[in-house]
Amino acid sequence: MGILDIETKIAEIEARLDEISIENHAEVEELQQQLRLYKTRAYEHLSAWDHVTLARHPKRPKARDYIDYIFDSFIELHGDRLYADDEAIIGGIAKLGNKVITVIAHQKGNTTAENIKCNFGMPHPEGYRKVLRLMKQAEKFNRPVITFIDTPGAYPGAEAEERGQGHAIAQCLKEMSSLKVPTLSIVIGEGGSGGALALGVSDQIWMLQYAIYSILSPEGFASILYKDGSRAKEAAEVMKLTAQDYLEMGMIEKVIKEPVGGAHQFPQYVFDQLKTDLEDYLSQVKKVSTKQLLAKRYRKYRSIGKYDYNHR
Amino acid sequence: MGFFLQRQKKVKSATTKRDVNEGIYTKCESCKEVLPVRELSSNLEVCSNCGYHYRMSATKRLNSLVDMGSFKEINARLVSLNPLKFPGYEQKIEGLMEVNQMNEAVMTGIAKIDGQTVAIGIMDSYFMMGSMGSVVGEKVTRLIEVATSRKLPLVLICASGGARMQEGIYSLMQMAKTSAAIAKHHQAGLLYISVLTQPTMGGVTASFATLGDILIAEKGAAIGFAGRRVIEQTLKQSLPDHFQTAEFLQEKGLIDLVVSRHRLKQMISQLIALHEGSER
Repeated sequence: MGILDIETKIAEIEARLDEISIENHAEVEELQQQLRLYKTRAYEHLSAWDHVTLARHPKRPKARDYIDYIFDSFIELHGDRLYADDEAIIGGIAKLGNKVITVIAHQKGNTTAENIKCNFGMPHPEGYRKVLRLMKQAEKFNRPVITFIDTPGAYPGAEAEERGQGHAIAQCLKEMSSLKVPTLSIVIGEGGSGGALALGVSDQIWMLQYAIYSILSPEGFASILYKDGSRAKEAAEVMKLTAQDYLEMGMIEKVIKEPVGGAHQFPQYVFDQLKTDLEDYLSQVKKVSTKQLLAKRYRKYRSIGKYDYNHR
Repeated sequence: MGFFLQRQKKVKSATTKRDVNEGIYTKCESCKEVLPVRELSSNLEVCSNCGYHYRMSATKRLNSLVDMGSFKEINARLVSLNPLKFPGYEQKIEGLMEVNQMNEAVMTGIAKIDGQTVAIGIMDSYFMMGSMGSVVGEKVTRLIEVATSRKLPLVLICASGGARMQEGIYSLMQMAKTSAAIAKHHQAGLLYISVLTQPTMGGVTASFATLGDILIAEKGAAIGFAGRRVIEQTLKQSLPDHFQTAEFLQEKGLIDLVVSRHRLKQMISQLIALHEGSER
């Protein structure tokens, strides 16, 4: 049973509970029993594909929800100064307690109309150039940068190619790797490919429990390696794309726990936790020198890779 | 990224390395002219009739660019592991090592070009479409680090379908690793010339390949981020023939210059000479 079937089942039981009289003890008891079962056991052993489904859940909180809840006085800044304002990327200045930070994020929409506006969270080159501009601005004013990652990937379109999609992403990777302020990335939903990494070359990477991060969508991976995009579920298992996988590989620093059923069931639970963790992080990172920070960041990425020596 | 290049009609090549080497005559994939194989080979794998540039192995490329006998290879023994335990990956790599007589999709080392010392890396599209996994990322990074510490200009001849799917996130992170190393080379005021050859796509385009101080593309090379097929599927329409070619990129302002293979060595040599003593 997939995660969405479980959600439907739970909704059905809850609706039924609302319908029936509380006098009907036996049935209430029975339904509540079922409900507990679905809410706990069903979520205990999730497949990699369940994680993919939750990470892409339409009701999952989006970057703007996090920003609005966690930070004070967020002032959104627009545009790349070159071509356009890409709404797949939002960014600006915000406060957390008494600390001023720059926040940059992929933005997905909650409705179809919103999604069309922000291109389903798939940036064009102007989006990445806005990222670059805001990061350099943060560096100038010595503000830590916090990014929220949630994208299926950079937009694969003709115009995106014409305006240098690859170049725009590459610039983000290069500049972020050497940005002279503390940087932290939080994967809140989908971390799709280079389009996600462009916001993710940070001192620390945190992931929500059901967020995913991958070289390509499982569908894309399956279509390349199995020549069959419909084998995405199988691909998801092979790809090792869950937060737990990355924690075990040592690629991320922290997993943010989600409520039973995923962040959308109780967003505030995630927001509050994250807010506390961010406050801790910002007060600790103040004590680290820029030189140490940069050396550590370089080492973090420098050490990723699995290889051997051929002795033949 | 990593959408292995779906070659467009014009640059289609069914010719494998073996076909070109073993037959006596071959038909140009572009203009259909019948050419003696030896002539094609001695003409740097460029059709003498229409100027079509075939893909080139790293070894041949090396010989066409550096002073004879000057190349000292580094890190040649690095080989891939199978971090995701992807079925058949080790066997595939072993087969390619055998056929290509190299351990991975990039060859790196120190060489001289017209007497000028450079750190040079050459990718080989015959080795799993030049895709970047841990070893390609590591070798390129080590080369960049050597260039930085020895204050050498860096020349990378790119040819890659993108990040290597079989190594999953490890491949993706090589983009960050190589770009971070480029940042240090850049901060040292050193010259980096990136040469984009057929094909340069996906995660390689979106990392070190487009971070050069000077971006040179070889004539006719397909260069881009997303694969042509993927874009056509997204847009549900076909793209013009010259889309994502070197010439198209120059027209869009994305690269510095397009050169033919015959002029490449001279161009690189001249550019290096013009930057002599520029390091901080």
